[in-house]
Amino acid sequence: MRLEINDIHVYYGKIEAIKGISVVVNQGEIVTLIGANGAGKTTTLKTVSGLRKVSSGQIIFDGQDISNLPAHERVEIGISQVPEGRGIFPGMTVLENLEIGKYFRKNRASEMSEDLDRVFTLFPRLKERISQAGGTLSGGEQQMLAIGRALMARPKVLLLDEPSMGLAPMMIQNIFNIITEINKSGTTILLVEQNAQQALQRAHRAYILETGNVVKEAKASDLLNDPAVRAAYLGTGAEHAV
Amino acid sequence: MNFSVVGSQFFPLLINGLALGFIYVLVSVGYTMVYGVLRLINFANSEIFMLGTFATAIVSTSVFKFNQNSQPSHGMKLFIVLLCCLLASMATSGVVAVFVELIAYRRLRTKGANRLGSLISAIGTSITLSEGVRILTHSIPVASPRVLSKFYVFKIHGVGLRIDQLLTIASGLLLFIAVDRFVTKTRMGKAIRAVSMSEENSKLMGINLNRVISLTFLIGGLVTGAAAFMYMTVYEQTVFNVGFNIGLAAFTAAVLGGIGNLRGAFYGGLALGLAEEYFSALLGSQWKEITVFVVLVLVLLVKPNGLFGEAVQQTRV
Ligand SMILES: Nc1ncnc2c1ncn2[C@@H]1O[C@H](COP(=O)(O)OP(=O)(O)O)[C@@H](O)[C@H]1O
Ligand SMILES: [Mg+2]
Repeated sequence: MRLEINDIHVYYGKIEAIKGISVVVNQGEIVTLIGANGAGKTTTLKTVSGLRKVSSGQIIFDGQDISNLPAHERVEIGISQVPEGRGIFPGMTVLENLEIGKYFRKNRASEMSEDLDRVFTLFPRLKERISQAGGTLSGGEQQMLAIGRALMARPKVLLLDEPSMGLAPMMIQNIFNIITEINKSGTTILLVEQNAQQALQRAHRAYILETGNVVKEAKASDLLNDPAVRAAYLGTGAEHAV
Repeated sequence: MNFSVVGSQFFPLLINGLALGFIYVLVSVGYTMVYGVLRLINFANSEIFMLGTFATAIVSTSVFKFNQNSQPSHGMKLFIVLLCCLLASMATSGVVAVFVELIAYRRLRTKGANRLGSLISAIGTSITLSEGVRILTHSIPVASPRVLSKFYVFKIHGVGLRIDQLLTIASGLLLFIAVDRFVTKTRMGKAIRAVSMSEENSKLMGINLNRVISLTFLIGGLVTGAAAFMYMTVYEQTVFNVGFNIGLAAFTAAVLGGIGNLRGAFYGGLALGLAEEYFSALLGSQWKEITVFVVLVLVLLVKPNGLFGEAVQQTRV
């Protein structure tokens, strides 16, 4: 697996939200994109998953230019996105949400119980709530469900958009631990976060985005110790943060 | 006002109301399913119904050579004729519905046009289809010869259930249950529900949006076509603008139940069918059509989300 975002430009109407971003994600890595609100992190992920189209530049996946592949076909080749705000189907049960994560693998019914088991091992709490409506779960449980649902598709690369958003500190730790675990078991991860401290601690490499541009690219541990980065993205009290 | 009529005619009115109600239920399903996935009122659904009624009329007269002087059929022949008419109506309406979406809505949607654009296209399609049939038929109503002799299945104390009414009620109920189960239980049905909750998140599940939308129009059309067939067995006549009243009533039923909600269409359709029968008995049959308008205005004024409005909102996050 190798994902290359190659000098992409993305517009909303006449507004250029992404002004030439290049990112590389290698097999087995956790790569994080950090940056302030409005920097273009979500738009970048949506362009990788196919929800937004590039106006120029390419998305290269395993050597193939997939810039014009529709979103639903990108899931089939191994790109799954956990959207910002989780995107749970509120009127469906936990089980239905998970099942629909495998929607396109229609002839692989035998995989279903295997994959459900894997998700329930990662998130035992989902198993307890299997027939509860997705919309009635807590924020943390919804995040678990969103990640579990994406895993049902057996992605090669998992795109995570602010998984820590709106969660209590304990739950944030919990979610990041699981992200690390998913990565260790072989899934490559592209992680978008505003919680830069956590993201940099977990990731191998990082890109800093500002108003549609990459302004810095480095090993995550280097950025954690970079005074300028600390001042701008981690705040002065960051040493004491969870 | 004539309260005594409602009292003495309570059961006959109930049966008439249910038969009419189930026709509304099925046509409402056509509106509500499309609305669920696209947030679009498919005004052409009334013409999808109209074309279905013509399919039954054409099959019975041209294929099976029934005319105004022929005797109603019996036994196996009756069964085959009815089945062919039903299938013809369903197929016609289903195919037309799919093409309406392809031709009138899809391009607008993929080009990111706003809702108003689609709505205007919907109205235009509706007018085009009904005017097209008006020209072809010279505005002359087309009678469908009686294939099914309308005997009473039973009659107790003067209250009878006619075979065409029984057919309408029974097959309406069965079809509705089939659609409901399809949407809640099957993989494709779940994809329809997913799209109705969020287009973007559905794509992220690997769902082919265009295919799901076509499927939704197909199901809506098939069910509307079945309603057209039932309408023809009960009323035995159609005309280019037959869809107008039925379409308006079915749309009202969908709004009454909470548009976008399948079970809402069920209860809304039955409630409206019954209301029409009872109110016209109470106030005189000239009030029958007005009942629909009054209900529509009242719902929009008092409970714009309909009876199941909350459930609808839940599906729309
Ligand atoms: N649907 C949209 N329509 C118009 N502009 C948008 C839309 N979504 C995002 N933008 C704009 O694109 C820029 C990048 O947004 P986004 O990718 O959401 O940033 P981030 O995820 O880093 O907060 C912002 O200026 C934002 O206002
Ligand atoms: Mg964002």
